[in-house]
Amino acid sequence: MNFLMMNIPLNITKTIHDWIFSIMPEMAANITEWVLIAIVYLALFAVAGLYLVLLERKVAAWFQLRLGPNRVGPWGLFQTMADALKLVSKELTSNDRIDKFLYNLAPYFVIVTSLMAMAVFPYSKQFQGFDINIGIFFLFAISSIGVIGILVAGWSSNNKFSLIGAMRSGLQTISYELSVGLSILTMVLLTGTLQLSEIVEIQRTGGWLILQGHIPAIIAFMIFMIAGTAETNRAPFDLVEAESELGAGFHTEYSGMKFAYFFLAEFINMFIIASIAVVLFFGAWLSPFGITEGITWFPEVIWFLIKVLIIIFLMMWFRWTFPRLRVDQLLTLEWKYLLPLNLVNLLIMAIVIWLNWTI
Amino acid sequence: MTNQEVKNKIKTEEYFVNMGPQHPAAHGVLRLLLTIDGEIIKNVEPDLGYIHRSIEKMCERDSYQQIVHLTDRMDYLSSHINNEAVCLTVEKALELEVSDRVKVIRTIISELTRLASHQLWWGVMGMDLGALTTYFYAFRDREMINDIFEETCGARLTMNYNVPGGLMFDIHPNFVKRTKEFIKHFKTKLPEYDRLLTGNVIFEKRTKGVGILTKEDAISYGVSGPVARGSGFASDVRKHHPYSAYDRVDFKEILFTEGDTYSRYKVRIAEMWESMSIIEQLIDNIPEGNIKETTKAVIKLPKGEFYQRVETARGELGVYINSTGTKNPYRVKFRSPGFSNLSVLNHITKGVKIADLVATMASFDFVIPDIDR
Repeated sequence: MNFLMMNIPLNITKTIHDWIFSIMPEMAANITEWVLIAIVYLALFAVAGLYLVLLERKVAAWFQLRLGPNRVGPWGLFQTMADALKLVSKELTSNDRIDKFLYNLAPYFVIVTSLMAMAVFPYSKQFQGFDINIGIFFLFAISSIGVIGILVAGWSSNNKFSLIGAMRSGLQTISYELSVGLSILTMVLLTGTLQLSEIVEIQRTGGWLILQGHIPAIIAFMIFMIAGTAETNRAPFDLVEAESELGAGFHTEYSGMKFAYFFLAEFINMFIIASIAVVLFFGAWLSPFGITEGITWFPEVIWFLIKVLIIIFLMMWFRWTFPRLRVDQLLTLEWKYLLPLNLVNLLIMAIVIWLNWTI
Repeated sequence: MTNQEVKNKIKTEEYFVNMGPQHPAAHGVLRLLLTIDGEIIKNVEPDLGYIHRSIEKMCERDSYQQIVHLTDRMDYLSSHINNEAVCLTVEKALELEVSDRVKVIRTIISELTRLASHQLWWGVMGMDLGALTTYFYAFRDREMINDIFEETCGARLTMNYNVPGGLMFDIHPNFVKRTKEFIKHFKTKLPEYDRLLTGNVIFEKRTKGVGILTKEDAISYGVSGPVARGSGFASDVRKHHPYSAYDRVDFKEILFTEGDTYSRYKVRIAEMWESMSIIEQLIDNIPEGNIKETTKAVIKLPKGEFYQRVETARGELGVYINSTGTKNPYRVKFRSPGFSNLSVLNHITKGVKIADLVATMASFDFVIPDIDR
């Protein structure tokens, strides 16, 4: 029961934990704490989503010689909150002959999967919602559910463009899942564990895994970034939405908050992919060269967020620079290049570990 | 089972999709009736008429000075060149020779119009392929040209600078200076366009070998402009039937032979360099002379048929005027470049994917009001 204990000044979480256990019986205290954790994660989810939307718009503006949002609040900071308010207040319209049950279900598939995936990341030493020994396996399992939401959304919308978008999503996400999986497997091979907190601990002594694993780790990182971008359906792999071809693809028929769910989930998925990359390759919350190792009051979660933001910036850079791939080129890239390269890379990693070439 | 047996066993169903009239890749209100099998396009049927304003009919009602102002509403990205076409036709009919000054100024502004149009096309082409940033880069540079236009004649898009017999008024004192500034600026920015898009692997993959139009087809369908020149069909009106001051400048006719989307792209990029070179040759010594020849207040064309063609940013624009000697024409017909170019779309996009259709359409640079007059 040591979750919720962020290593921040005054140990606020520890105080809350002790206080809750002192005023009520153990069972009730546990349940209260779970609810509190759920609220914290929901808040994190919403704030991260809103902030990333703003960041994307600012980055896009920077790339495109624009100012970006700068009217609502200081530097436009409240812009996405205003947008969210607008989306909440909008009418939920739909067309006539949708499959009502599936149509309404689809956004929840998408949003719940991203929400669940966020629970397992070690944001700092003690801030981890769900530290299980099959953390990576859990991430795999969860992240592959999201595609169902998109497929269901496209199918139930009764719109041919949406259907094309959904079909594209199916083949894209399922294909790239392999590459994401294999590149993660390469790193699992290096660390010998599936537990995310343990993977971080290994990097505390031996240095970040991207350095420990030499060339195969760097290749794995590059493949992970490409496949991860594809899995989040972002440019240059945003065939699912493809606004110039399909209008907006699978979520054309969604309005208001249901649309916002898809939208938010895309940004959270970006956060998740960046988080996996940070945990697997860049030492999660560990400071570079251990510069803040001895400082007890320093919130380590800052290092985690800085690394995540750098990788998210990279993904945004892709988005605002590259044109979109065509669907057959997308599959060619995965099945003819990334997948074989990945398998060879896995073999090289095995050899590196066998010969004990790791740092 | 052999491959063929498998293929025979799996049955797919064709379906119709309306691409447009409101679609981000249609660049206006163009409706394409697509017959699709999965993602493969079986048939493309353009359905026109959503923005028809019967401009040719209105021309029969109007005087010759008024006709000019209708034409810039057709191809609004080549508005100056469209106006010039009508003015040249009327001048041809009247056997009116405009001064050298008018010819040179018309040529310079035509080339600026072409540059602005190609800039917008470049931005939109990137946007259609999913690279939104190009749009903003293009608008940054196009803004400078629009400012020059605004200073010259008060309008930024639908220019009304040409009148039969010359120009409405003289150029602004700043015109030469600002045009030179623009050329200097754009010479540093055009390589940036190349760095962002041309050399990109994804862009090359998306455009090379896509939507191939052979030279024979280009000729038989009456395709013109950069689309025709991308297929190796030398059809530049400026070169083969020079008008205004094009006979006194030195420029290359850009020809690429592959006929695919990429070569059409390269043609327009190279044309931007040529346009800049044409402007540079003329801008320093604009001759002195009359800005407008005196014409009667009500122009009456002699009896007969008159035809003049010009090269707009999209291709050959022909103006046909049938006059019975009255103050307005008996019949006016525009041979617009977009219409002939659109006719070839179905032929070259059979069997390609939806994404390829979008890329091909982008490389054709359609302006729908030009097609649908």
